Amino acid sequence: MYTFLARRLLATIPVLLVVAVLVFLMLRLTPGDPAAILAGDAANTEQIAQIRTGLGLDRPIIVQFGIWAGNLLSGDLGESFYYKQKVTTLIAHRLEPTVSLAALTILIAVAVSVPLGVLAAWRFGSLFDRMLMGFSVIGFSVPVFVLAYILIWLISLKLGWLPVQGYQRLADGFGPWLRHLLLPSITLSVIYIALIARVTRASVLESLGEDYIRTARAKGLPELRVLVRHALANAAVPIVTVIGIGIALLIGGVVVTESVYAIPGLGRLTVDAVLARDFPTIQGVILFFSFVYVGINLLVDLSYVFLDPRIRY
Amino acid sequence: MTAPETESFESLSVESAAVLRQESAWQRVRRNGAVRFGAVALALLIGIAAAAPWLGTVDPSLFDAGSRDLLPGKTGDITTLEGEIIRHTFFMGSDSYGRDIYSRVVFGTRVSLAVGVCAALVALAFGIVFGLSAGYLRWLDGVLMRIMDGIMAIPAILIAIALIAAWRGSLVTVIVAIAIPEIPRVSRLVRALVLTIREEPYVEAAIALGTPPWKIMLAHILPNTVAPLVVQGTFICASAILVEAILSFLGVGLPPDIPTWGNIMAEGRVQFVEYPHNVFFPGIFLAVTVLAVNILGDGLRDTLDPKMAKRV
Repeated sequence: MYTFLARRLLATIPVLLVVAVLVFLMLRLTPGDPAAILAGDAANTEQIAQIRTGLGLDRPIIVQFGIWAGNLLSGDLGESFYYKQKVTTLIAHRLEPTVSLAALTILIAVAVSVPLGVLAAWRFGSLFDRMLMGFSVIGFSVPVFVLAYILIWLISLKLGWLPVQGYQRLADGFGPWLRHLLLPSITLSVIYIALIARVTRASVLESLGEDYIRTARAKGLPELRVLVRHALANAAVPIVTVIGIGIALLIGGVVVTESVYAIPGLGRLTVDAVLARDFPTIQGVILFFSFVYVGINLLVDLSYVFLDPRIRY
Repeated sequence: MTAPETESFESLSVESAAVLRQESAWQRVRRNGAVRFGAVALALLIGIAAAAPWLGTVDPSLFDAGSRDLLPGKTGDITTLEGEIIRHTFFMGSDSYGRDIYSRVVFGTRVSLAVGVCAALVALAFGIVFGLSAGYLRWLDGVLMRIMDGIMAIPAILIAIALIAAWRGSLVTVIVAIAIPEIPRVSRLVRALVLTIREEPYVEAAIALGTPPWKIMLAHILPNTVAPLVVQGTFICASAILVEAILSFLGVGLPPDIPTWGNIMAEGRVQFVEYPHNVFFPGIFLAVTVLAVNILGDGLRDTLDPKMAKRV
């Protein structure tokens, strides 16, 4: 178990290293002077020269990467040219809305999709099953911002149930926080529900064909217990895996959703940074999102041991 | 999606198994309900894209200050490039510059389909080269696959956004930026196929006959990867259309003067409360297009690549 843990942790190091190299190269391999790109459109020649020496851009690219990676390891993502702040500070300030949105989205998605997926597998081939699979194709295809506007129009404008946009900090009370987050989370959860429901159905369907299900039924267990304790429990690994992989979708969705609902989170920061061509911030946010993604999938891998006692490392 | 199943059961009872076995992949594809639906919808959209100038549209860049923010179905003036003022019915209303949303949406079909198909082709081309190399040249495998793992660890939209920020948006940069994050998945697929196929007896026979590696790759291995790649390419096309719209919508995609669904929605979002149709019409086109391509992909996967169909 501990050797597995150590090996799995070690295996993420090359991935993180490659991510760091890619994010570093994204800027250096583009045509044009990186110092001029970094400085932004408003900079004058003097500022550009200052950045060039400051970042060592006149030195060999390997040395540049060394300096950059060294700063990265000491937790320094550089300074934003647009906000005139440390990128790490910027990210820390924008973290709460994004984490709230992501957490609520995952909560809604899992709470809705897992029971639906189990039900569809249980009644395989039924009208409900076919409707859920149809919904899952549609859920994949309707763009998150189109769905966002449909929901805003229907729920906020026509029915007036929830606020149109904005964000309230959790510190200002749970009620307002939830009211502002509910619509964005529902919007974002649709694609996630489509994804998880599909995998839950397939995975439960497979375990329903196993001998232990017949045994469980034969010894007279109630159907619900057979479904949850036997079928779903044995189908948990693929479901948790797809939740982890889906984090990438979620991050992409966060960027769009925060933009539509005017939530001042990391996604909004990404778009603002790109529009301002604020490269230190863009690099910092991408690194942050990627490291979170890799970290969550590491946790998913580790969870297999608890979810499925048959897995022994 | 049950229609094809009942169909094959019926044919089973009538025809012998031997006849069924001779049925070609192409026949199976053509009989599949999802493929039919997706293909017809897609053909319709291609028709719209091709015939855009003759569908009662005006030049999508035309505007008229007197025809701003018209509701759908209203008639108003529009100034042509020659300076002539003509009467025009705005089926889908007009935007805040007085441009015809209908014309912009119809012409936007061209951009969306072109970006989707081109991004899929670019991703497939690079994915095939990397996948064949990794699967056949073992010394390259480790390095290439670690790079692919790294790209896959960065969410796709973020890669595209960052690349366009560095390159500035144009049709080519947008296509390439959307294709790059899709390359690892194609490479992995091709690599996995190569590793399976290279153990087949006919490849062994070719090696024994002294066939050079490049010929084995092109003549023996590549043809067997076509079906799964067609399926993969269709899904990439759907997601590329989506990502292009998202990028344009966020203002980091194609320049705002190019009529794309994302750009129309980006322009319309400011006045969404008063004029929701500016967002809804292009949104419906976008959703239907992506849906059609996805359904086509599902059908192709079920018929061309049954092994993959079982996995998902």
